[in-house]
Amino acid sequence: MTLNYDDVVTRYDPVIGLETHVELGTASKMFCGCSTEFGAPANTHTCPVCLGLPGALPVANASAIEYTIRIGLALNCSIASWCRFARKNYFYPDMPKNFQTSQYDEPLCVEGYLDVDVQGNTYRVGIERVHLEEDTGKNTHVGGATGRIHGAEYSLVDYNRAGIPLVEIVTKPVEGTGELAPEVAKAYVTELRDILRTLGVSDVRMEQGSLRCDVNTSLSLAGSGVWGTRTETKNVNSLRSVERAVRSEMLRQAEILDAGGRIKQETRHFQETTGTTRSGRSKEEATDYRYFPEPDLVPLAPAPEWVAEIRGSLPELPAARRTRLQAELGLSTEDLQQMVNAGVVEAVASTVEAGAAAGEARNWWMGYLAQLANARDIEAPALPITPVQVARLIALVSDGTLSTALARQAVDGVLETGADVDEVIATRGLAMVSDTSALTDAADAAIAANPDVAEKVRGGKVAAVGALVGAVMKATRGQADAAAVRTILLERLSVSE
Amino acid sequence: MSDDRPTLTRHEVAHLANLARLAVTEAELDLFAGQLDVILGAVARIGDVAAADIPPTSHAVPLTNVLRPDEVRPSLPRDEVLAAAPSVEDYRFRVPRILGEEE
Amino acid sequence: MSQTNLHELSAAATATAVAAGQVSAVEVAQAHLDRISQTDDQVRAFLHIDADGALAAAKAVDDRKAAGDRLGPLAGVPLAMKDVVVTRGLPTTAGSKILQGWRPPYDATVTRKIREAGMVMLGKTNMDEFAMGSSTENSAYHPTHNPWDLSRVPGGSSGGSSAAVAAFQAPLSIGTDTGGSIRQPAAVTGLVGHKPTYGSVSRRGLIAFSSSLDQAGPFGRTVQDTALLFDAIHGHDPQDSTSIPNTRFEATAAAVEGARAELAGLRVGVVRELTGASGGYQAGVLDSFFKAVEILRGLGAEIVEVGCPSFDYALAAYYLIAPSECSSNLARFDSVRYGLRVGDDGERSLEEVMSLTREQGFGAEVKRRIMIGTYALSSGYYDAYYGQAQKVRTLIARDFDNAFAQADVLISPTSPFVAFGIGERVADPMAMYVNDLCTLPASLAGTPAISVPCGLSDELGPRLPVGLQIMAPALADERCFRVGAAFEAAYNAANGTVLSNIPALGA
Repeated sequence: MTLNYDDVVTRYDPVIGLETHVELGTASKMFCGCSTEFGAPANTHTCPVCLGLPGALPVANASAIEYTIRIGLALNCSIASWCRFARKNYFYPDMPKNFQTSQYDEPLCVEGYLDVDVQGNTYRVGIERVHLEEDTGKNTHVGGATGRIHGAEYSLVDYNRAGIPLVEIVTKPVEGTGELAPEVAKAYVTELRDILRTLGVSDVRMEQGSLRCDVNTSLSLAGSGVWGTRTETKNVNSLRSVERAVRSEMLRQAEILDAGGRIKQETRHFQETTGTTRSGRSKEEATDYRYFPEPDLVPLAPAPEWVAEIRGSLPELPAARRTRLQAELGLSTEDLQQMVNAGVVEAVASTVEAGAAAGEARNWWMGYLAQLANARDIEAPALPITPVQVARLIALVSDGTLSTALARQAVDGVLETGADVDEVIATRGLAMVSDTSALTDAADAAIAANPDVAEKVRGGKVAAVGALVGAVMKATRGQADAAAVRTILLERLSVSE
Repeated sequence: MSDDRPTLTRHEVAHLANLARLAVTEAELDLFAGQLDVILGAVARIGDVAAADIPPTSHAVPLTNVLRPDEVRPSLPRDEVLAAAPSVEDYRFRVPRILGEEE
Repeated sequence: MSQTNLHELSAAATATAVAAGQVSAVEVAQAHLDRISQTDDQVRAFLHIDADGALAAAKAVDDRKAAGDRLGPLAGVPLAMKDVVVTRGLPTTAGSKILQGWRPPYDATVTRKIREAGMVMLGKTNMDEFAMGSSTENSAYHPTHNPWDLSRVPGGSSGGSSAAVAAFQAPLSIGTDTGGSIRQPAAVTGLVGHKPTYGSVSRRGLIAFSSSLDQAGPFGRTVQDTALLFDAIHGHDPQDSTSIPNTRFEATAAAVEGARAELAGLRVGVVRELTGASGGYQAGVLDSFFKAVEILRGLGAEIVEVGCPSFDYALAAYYLIAPSECSSNLARFDSVRYGLRVGDDGERSLEEVMSLTREQGFGAEVKRRIMIGTYALSSGYYDAYYGQAQKVRTLIARDFDNAFAQADVLISPTSPFVAFGIGERVADPMAMYVNDLCTLPASLAGTPAISVPCGLSDELGPRLPVGLQIMAPALADERCFRVGAAFEAAYNAANGTVLSNIPALGA
């Protein structure tokens, strides 16, 4: 790409849209009792219904309906008083019935919104619909160089995932974000993910595919208000990729438009390695999905009392929680924004809930833990350490059991071994040496080993004691309190300050 | 619309067969074009019914909210799942190379 | 009890004899298996005979009897199962090549209920492929012959089930009815056949043709036998979302009571649109029908004429809705998880293999309906075809509501025709479709209807049975059996049973 992004956004207005698929965290599948557990051996979570065997019939999972309504309510949607599932007919081997049962023109939740904050501005992302459908199985392509579908010799199908309840959340086109379009897209998915996690409806793990995102992007000439042709980018599998996909698609489209070309309406695939999108093979002809109401399922008509009950049981949502935390933790708006960007608000809050002081919790999650997470290219909360464990570390530092340096070593130990904090401290012998007789022995040894330094100190050059402190600290592998060591050394040398 | 619709062409039948994944033969295209046209002609009279304000019936039973509790039930034993498959490899259903785009 | 005529006993008599220890279930099963081996090379009712399974099931009944268990009202009674109903471990093909050799890993709810009732499943019966047809000639395997005249069809799509019971190969059988596939074969073979209220018999394990219309139901040689089987198979099934909760019919009691009672005070509506006013019905059929009306009048029923103008559009609505749903239901036959695979030579793509498999695995009628349905659901045509057909469905239901405000039951001939010759109508799809003219309205409305033998017609040469269709409001299935039994008793008293006129099959 030779174009300059700043230049592009002065000449074009981006319009973005996001379609997010979320695998619900129900115990059983959408229309049958098979387990939804991730990672089971191939085709062990299948039955006549999710294999599409002749004669099999679906029965909808009550929790999946409830979870969808929860999502709709959290996204300020209205809940349909009556709606039906439809069949979306197309042939694909990962779809056992060769139709997908999906809420087509009668979604359970419509017309909502989600506010996201980016660089001090609030953007209201309109939610067009939240609807429920079923996931497909998984194809593995064998042979050929790429492991991709093209060039493969044959494919293998595992239906464990087929029929897992899937919610699709579709935004309205988002305009007016200008140069911040990529950030707004990322912020939307981040906020949505946090909401879904807070609602307890999904484990929202992008790397396992339980949260998947398609990004629609188009450009219009600045100020024209006439939308350009949009592309749909699939395979966007991390928050960072959401941002990169929008940015790279904006640059790609601008280059074509600048050259007088036209944007082809197509599906594109985001490539993690290059950070760019590539064209999906365009279909020979437009697919005709031949939707019709699913005759094997009866309509849904959520009772208003039920919806009210669900509304009443919603947990505090991230935005409200942030406002509360900002006040409770005494954070500045800027502090809070940084924590949001780093994805650590919930982690900090949980750490505080577990007894840590707000400032300490923030420092750990924004400091050492963030460093470690960066090195692993993940967000800090994805590290295998819990807020409760972090709170424990903070407590150990504040009561003097650990120094900050030792606490960091303990973090390393927890991450490496998966063991609990106290176990790591015990097995690695990280606790501070506070036993005065041991320290006295170490001090005497240091004095004996450095007679000339000791003489200087006795002679009044009290500052020279630093060298002896260093020797004791070295001997105790950093597990002593330096101030205490200093006091003991001066005491043994009969020097007073 | 009592049969003032255009007749069904061989080309349209070929399109329908493609949508329905049927590799119909040339001879069948001719046969089906004629027969489908007759059938569609006979059912086209459905358009004569003035039904603008009539709600459609998609289900014959007046039921709503038939749901099951979110409980895991035993899946089929895997050997039974795979027993009827034309081709299996590595406990998965083996299919010839796929031409179409990943959905 | 004589061993030679066990196969001629009614289901009720068989169950009583087994329960009383007068005959063993194994003897009953063997008698029917013998009858099948003597006659099925002529009738060809079965696609698969499960002698071992039948004898094992019969022995289990005898063992329970020996252990002092109380047997249910159909324990030890043999039954023929339409091959569209899945049976664990037993071949299930729906009459199609595409499922040749498939042995399902599960039982349909109907199958489970049959087994739990201690019934003895003799085998799987022939049918029009995926239940599409009215003659059983669309079976991918072979046609079935009508025991009344082996050159004629036994009706369809449940023609194997009707022929088996008419040929005394089984006292009872299970069929499925989407547009008339139990009632029309019952009519043309001289049997009783009941299409239950939609949602009263579980569809779980019925290989779907048209999901919003399909219902399984019983065939028998008497109304009471048919009621016994209906009582055994109906009831709410939480694994079928369209199953109606709290359905508990006493059809057998209704039949027993009906056979003793008169029909004074009953209002019987003759449906104007289904009695051939505009032609197209055979004279012999109409003759038997109007004689049946007089029998009902003689029983004290009040006969009224009712108009159901939307019924004229039932055929068009049906031949849009059923093909539309089938085009989607049959998409799963794709050569991936089960069934046939054609042309996988290592070169062809999945799409080509799928298309070749479906092309060669499906018969012409199935392909025609898939394409009609694909057309009717296409964007641009949906509203004019599928959408409009669903509105007509509403109008038909309203016509029923109006008619049932004037009458307790509605009647018509079951089919405009008696059994026609094998090969006579295969070239002309529309000539086949009009067989369903009288049965389609109840299918579209989801209401119950029974066909009861009501006479013989010899206008085509041989004497062939004619059926009377008795329709009732939704969930009033018992009324079908009560009125059917009353009619049957009166008819038999005057004429003897229709089935007593069936010619003996050559040995």
